[in-house]
Amino acid sequence: MTAATAATRADVAPAVPPSRAGGPHPDVRVVRRRLGPGPRTRLSFWVGPLLLLAVWAVGSWAGFISPAVLTAPWDVAKEFQNQWVDHDLLGNIGTSLRRSVLGLTLGVLGGVVLAVASGLSRVGEALIDGPIQIKRSIPTLALIPLFVAWFGIGESMKVTTIALITLIPIYVNTHNALRGIDGRYAELAETLDVGRVEFVRNVVLPGALPGFLLGLRFAVTVSLLGLVVVEQFNSESGIGHVMTLAQQYGQTSVIVVGLVIYGVFGFLADTAVRLIERRALSWRRTLEG
Amino acid sequence: MATHPGGLTSTEAPAVRVRDLHRSFNRSGGVLEGLDLDVAPGEFVAVLGRSGTGKSTLLRALAGLDRDVDGYGEIEVPVAVSVVFQDSRLLPWKRLLDNVTFGLRAPDADERGRRALAEVGLAGRERAWPYELSGGEAQRASLARSLVREPQLLLADEPFGALDALTRIKMHELLRRLCEVHRPAVLLVTHDVDEAIVLADRIVVLDGGTVQTDVRVELTQRSPVAPGFGELRDFLLGRLGVQEHLGADFIAPGRRRATSATPS
Repeated sequence: MTAATAATRADVAPAVPPSRAGGPHPDVRVVRRRLGPGPRTRLSFWVGPLLLLAVWAVGSWAGFISPAVLTAPWDVAKEFQNQWVDHDLLGNIGTSLRRSVLGLTLGVLGGVVLAVASGLSRVGEALIDGPIQIKRSIPTLALIPLFVAWFGIGESMKVTTIALITLIPIYVNTHNALRGIDGRYAELAETLDVGRVEFVRNVVLPGALPGFLLGLRFAVTVSLLGLVVVEQFNSESGIGHVMTLAQQYGQTSVIVVGLVIYGVFGFLADTAVRLIERRALSWRRTLEG
Repeated sequence: MATHPGGLTSTEAPAVRVRDLHRSFNRSGGVLEGLDLDVAPGEFVAVLGRSGTGKSTLLRALAGLDRDVDGYGEIEVPVAVSVVFQDSRLLPWKRLLDNVTFGLRAPDADERGRRALAEVGLAGRERAWPYELSGGEAQRASLARSLVREPQLLLADEPFGALDALTRIKMHELLRRLCEVHRPAVLLVTHDVDEAIVLADRIVVLDGGTVQTDVRVELTQRSPVAPGFGELRDFLLGRLGVQEHLGADFIAPGRRRATSATPS
């Protein structure tokens, strides 16, 4: 394919001036984009994580990493099996995922609605934008005692906290992208007699989608981080709860099991969002390719 | 002051009626100062003028896109108005057919969109993304989007300004054909005198905030070698403040003068 292209190109524009070339000269110019990341290779996003695992394994095996610092991968695997069989690890993962997905869903919905309201109306902006910026600068950890007072120590406190944490990146990125939409599209929509609802659906939301998806990547990650915090409060289940207990009993291997689970979830979730991104934004021509 | 050999010839109610239109962007002076203009139904009017004489301001006033501009005056336009911008202004996240039917509320919107795309020579490209189109194709799609609404008035703001010369000639033919079929009144803002003569039934030149010149184009042939083309061009260039010897040697280098090509 590439060779054929190069051959036809050579007929038209020889790479070397004819006076210096001894005869027909193959065109050796590179036909793909010279600047930019180059063509996409399959499964390339696994390379980094697998390399990290390899370093960890080799380090533990050779004794560079002492078990007191970081449990070796095979011991973590053993601990994982132990937790899975004897301590209902699957159930704990399920509980944590449910909290995180529920909170994330609420946060995403809330973030988008607030971003659109504040992005498209001055009243909305006056009411919404300030409080969101204030909320942004308050550490969530500092808010939890308040939430405990408001919502108790049950599930609603946990889900609400995660929803509020995830709302922020969704709001900020969606709002930013929305305000960045070319004003000429609004002008076009006006000349086409498009109503407000149709305008939001056809111009605002698709135009803000790149920002929303970036926000979603942040939100997915912080929804998992939020678990660690909320599950320290009166939990009977969940990965955060398991890790809190392990911390009290000094079980490093269990903590590492928890960390690995977090890492894997975060990585998978981010990969999923990026796949969505690539499909949903196929109308763009970017360096992503 | 102004010459008015053109204007309305029938007693038919005009499609566009503008009276005493004032528009200004700052206190130092108005861009439009008491402009009057009538456009008959189905009439193709080209608006010429040096830069800053308010061509686009007039068009935006007719399109209802100048809510933030100071001014007053009387404007009557039809209900169905379409605008073609200099950039094609296709929504990058919509495929071509969805761009054409955007805002079209009709049960057969898709069918009409397909037909409009076929009319501008883009049949089969319904599912293309805007970034896949060339400049000429994008502008043709934007014409299709305007005409699918069956406008009574088509407002075009230098629609071919960003296209190369060859594409522009093709677009002229296309626009003329489309206007013959759909018969909208057209107001075409352009800085290209030849384009105005080739396309329009009537040409107005703006200066000093009003219509200074208003001429009817009565050529048997719409080509630069047609009898009378060169005289009309020289006349319009003169009205635009371009001197005749400049018109011959500077504006159109290498182009045969229409007058010398057709000895009478």
